[in-house]
Amino acid sequence: MDKKQLRDRITSRIARELKPGSLVNLGIGMPTLVASQVDADSGIQFQSENGMIGVGTVEPCDESVDHDITNAGGKPVSATPDATYFDSAMSFTLIRGGHVDASVLGALEVDASGNLANWIIPGKMVPGMGGAMDLVTGARKVIIAMEHCSKDGSPKILKECTLPLTAAGVVDLIVTERAVIEVTENGLVLTEKGEGFEVDDIIAATQAPLTIAQDLKTFG
Amino acid sequence: MAVGSPLKIIAALEEAGVPELEIICNDTGLPDKGCGRLVTNRQVARVVTSHIGLNPETGKQMNAGEIEVELVPQGTLVERIRSAGAGLGGVLTPTGVGTIVEENKQKLTIKGKDYLLEEPLSAQVSIIKASIVDKAGNCIFNKTTKNFNPVMATAADLVIVETEKIVEVAEIDPDHFMLPGTFIDYIVQ
Repeated sequence: MDKKQLRDRITSRIARELKPGSLVNLGIGMPTLVASQVDADSGIQFQSENGMIGVGTVEPCDESVDHDITNAGGKPVSATPDATYFDSAMSFTLIRGGHVDASVLGALEVDASGNLANWIIPGKMVPGMGGAMDLVTGARKVIIAMEHCSKDGSPKILKECTLPLTAAGVVDLIVTERAVIEVTENGLVLTEKGEGFEVDDIIAATQAPLTIAQDLKTFG
Repeated sequence: MAVGSPLKIIAALEEAGVPELEIICNDTGLPDKGCGRLVTNRQVARVVTSHIGLNPETGKQMNAGEIEVELVPQGTLVERIRSAGAGLGGVLTPTGVGTIVEENKQKLTIKGKDYLLEEPLSAQVSIIKASIVDKAGNCIFNKTTKNFNPVMATAADLVIVETEKIVEVAEIDPDHFMLPGTFIDYIVQ
């Protein structure tokens, strides 16, 4: 699979997971692509940490756009007709207070207990947590969008995270190009396998134990 | 990322070369944008912020021991500032529980759920950015430039607002103001 196919598969699968009318926050990178996979008439609204509901598409950074409307990465974005703007205290009231239905974000590591590590690699990469810790703590559903393995092929879905956590026990669903995995009280359950991948391959590429769902489906 | 930042005052601070600054900001912007410029110009001794990822200069100086960085989750940062401005003794937040953020903090269990006690955070001077300010200091912030601006105005001894436009008192419907002028000491255009 090339990068685009892989991203399309992951983000279109996540789009199906979002309920009509829900409020969703998309993290930087691949998660932002979920927006273009959602039906326009679904009533799904996107929230941004910097103080906006009704985030549209990323706009060119030139004179034609309103530079007072940006996403969390500081990029100019369009706004939906029903958009609203608010300060950071209100923004994190929405986020931490359980008013955001789903948070979609990337991960460096996820583990069998739903622990998430995605903000720091000590000594190497220290970008800071931004709003990620609040998002995964407060959102009603936390969905991870990521490639199944890291660039060197090593597993990212582990028995136990090795990197400092973003939050403990918060992940609900992991979607990769190879698998849809639910985090349950009894560990990870493989509910869908990606077209072109076999269950044995998925188990081999996952360090955490996987329970295979009785009604395992295929997604593509 | 530098959105809603008082860029003119930052440029003036850079020109004046004010040293050893301790800055509270959501992010250190980019190396050439927002308060990141002050980091690049080596005027910052300490920064309390949620994100430094888009300004490699901050990370470089941090690793070299030239700048002290306190990383705070974004929602915690705004509530720490808000609690200082609102006369509260801090906030209890679930954010950071079970992570390195909880180190050296009190953990309290309220109704069966764990929270961290995060202390108030205030400054000597708050420099904010508004879109329109009337001559009484009442402020309007356009769209996503609101972010930390109103809350930061509540938690400092001296508050300076940089604005794009100054209007006469009563020129704007008072219903539209987002921050009372009582917080403002100086208006800069």
